[in-house]
Amino acid sequence: MNALETRLRIGFIPLCDATALIVAVDKGFTAAEGLEVELVREVSWSNVRDKLNIGLFDAAHLIAPVAIASSLGLGHVKVPIVAPFGLGVNGNAITVSPSLYAAIAAAADGNIVDPMVSACALARVVENRKRKGEEPLTFGMTFPFSTHNYHLRFWMAAGGVDPDEDVRLVVLPPPYMVESLANNHVDAFCVGAPWNSVAVDLGIGFILHFVSEILTRAAEKVLGVRAKWAEENPDVLARLVRAHRRAASFVEHAGNHAEVAAILAAPNRIGVAAEVIRRTLDGRMKIAPDGTVRVNDRYLLVGRHQAARPDPVQAAWLYAQMVRWGQAPLSDELLAAAKAVFRPDLYDAALEAKDGNGRGEPADGIGAFAGPAFDADDITGHLAAWKIRRASRGPRPRNG
Amino acid sequence: MDASLNIVIVDESPIRAAILEDGLREAGYLNVVRIAGTANLLARVYAVDPDVILIDLENPSRDVLEQMFQVSRVVKRPVAMFVDQADTASIQASVDAGVSAYIVDGLKKERIKSILDLCISRFNAFSRLQNELEQTKSALEERKVIDRAKGILMKAKNLTEESAYALLRKTAMNENRKIAEVAQSVITAAELFR
Repeated sequence: MNALETRLRIGFIPLCDATALIVAVDKGFTAAEGLEVELVREVSWSNVRDKLNIGLFDAAHLIAPVAIASSLGLGHVKVPIVAPFGLGVNGNAITVSPSLYAAIAAAADGNIVDPMVSACALARVVENRKRKGEEPLTFGMTFPFSTHNYHLRFWMAAGGVDPDEDVRLVVLPPPYMVESLANNHVDAFCVGAPWNSVAVDLGIGFILHFVSEILTRAAEKVLGVRAKWAEENPDVLARLVRAHRRAASFVEHAGNHAEVAAILAAPNRIGVAAEVIRRTLDGRMKIAPDGTVRVNDRYLLVGRHQAARPDPVQAAWLYAQMVRWGQAPLSDELLAAAKAVFRPDLYDAALEAKDGNGRGEPADGIGAFAGPAFDADDITGHLAAWKIRRASRGPRPRNG
Repeated sequence: MDASLNIVIVDESPIRAAILEDGLREAGYLNVVRIAGTANLLARVYAVDPDVILIDLENPSRDVLEQMFQVSRVVKRPVAMFVDQADTASIQASVDAGVSAYIVDGLKKERIKSILDLCISRFNAFSRLQNELEQTKSALEERKVIDRAKGILMKAKNLTEESAYALLRKTAMNENRKIAEVAQSVITAAELFR
């Protein structure tokens, strides 16, 4: 036992993008930094957020927008959170029911592998249903302040579908997604791995898109800590970041994927068959019940392509989506506060070195399939590019 | 106290939900509705048009409820988190107890303070009960193990029940172990020699 042993409690949701955190702990990288970590598996993002906010957790696996919403005081108590490490970039997928898949394919003007083609086809399907007086389509996503919510909205709105007027978007906990699709409670969903694969394996869903096809680079989960805690524990934070960096480097090597998948498959971690998790790590996804495979090595980025270094441009993009959909008012102060959640400086300080040069990454840091390049200093310009958006109002931040 | 408040309990544990409901009724709250299951949760909550929603923290459906705070055409009136920054102590107490509360915006906090306090005490009482139940169960298990070991010793060494138990107890004391542990060793050994 190390005399410097520091005990930490870290919350997580059983998803493949918790890989770096789980590997950091279970492969002993945190122990090597003198950290004794207790991983606590949680059932809801609300729980993770609240337990981090009130100090029951020292750190947490967080969807990036929750870290931002908490820092801005949107929809909840205002507790500034900082993200010194990016747990994952990309990793979500949109899965649709077999009947919706058939309808989109029939309405498509081109190859539906192209998200613009599929989004326009969805608009036609929606229009048809309206004409026939059918119920609007229902899409499941994981949380109001979630990448899943924004990714679905960004995609469908580009094709002319208003996510608030033309379809229903409902929150579902990830483990309930598959069941809800099977019971026809939803027609489609956007969620992280491994749930899309689980639906495909059961023969009840088709993966229509990887989110990496919609946005080349989309910050997904971060390691979040309270800003106050980060200030008070700079040394512990640096050790935590180093342990995560080691874990991410381990995960990056394809040769380690079998071992990583076995670690994640444990019942107290993700608790899904290692083979299913392996597909996500390898970016070789079975997308249809007939066994069709789509390969995309950007499906989930852990560590690779600078995925671990928090990029404030990503925070700005997420804030822009909150404004676009009426969750947050637009102001320079809020934009600055959102960007300040992502802390590349803390990452750099812990590692005393920067990652590679990020060659081959989109110039604007996002690489969206539609619309002009994203400028993190010009949210107004980003919003002006879209016909479908909410009036710029929304709940005022509390105590902010 | 405000007997007319509509209160919804969302809890996957029917026993705990019943305990909580009873408590609220005893305290004089008349309109208490329990909701179980996950299908169409939000629609069922809206149908009750609650002033207060209580949900257990092991319930993944908490995230579904968070959707109520969003500006949306389905929401009849905005609902806000009960706990705000001034209330760290009650957040801590409720999270420790494993329960979370939501109220409609504008409802005075004092009006539901007693509901939350009651909720926290009932949740804590429930987990105490659960712990006691666990302890009773394991005590019963130990009893069974000791009885089996006694039987083995009585047969193998031709002892009375009393002296078989005395032998177990003496060995446990000498080895500084629990009687149930020694009894388990006897059973294991007997199985090996069988």
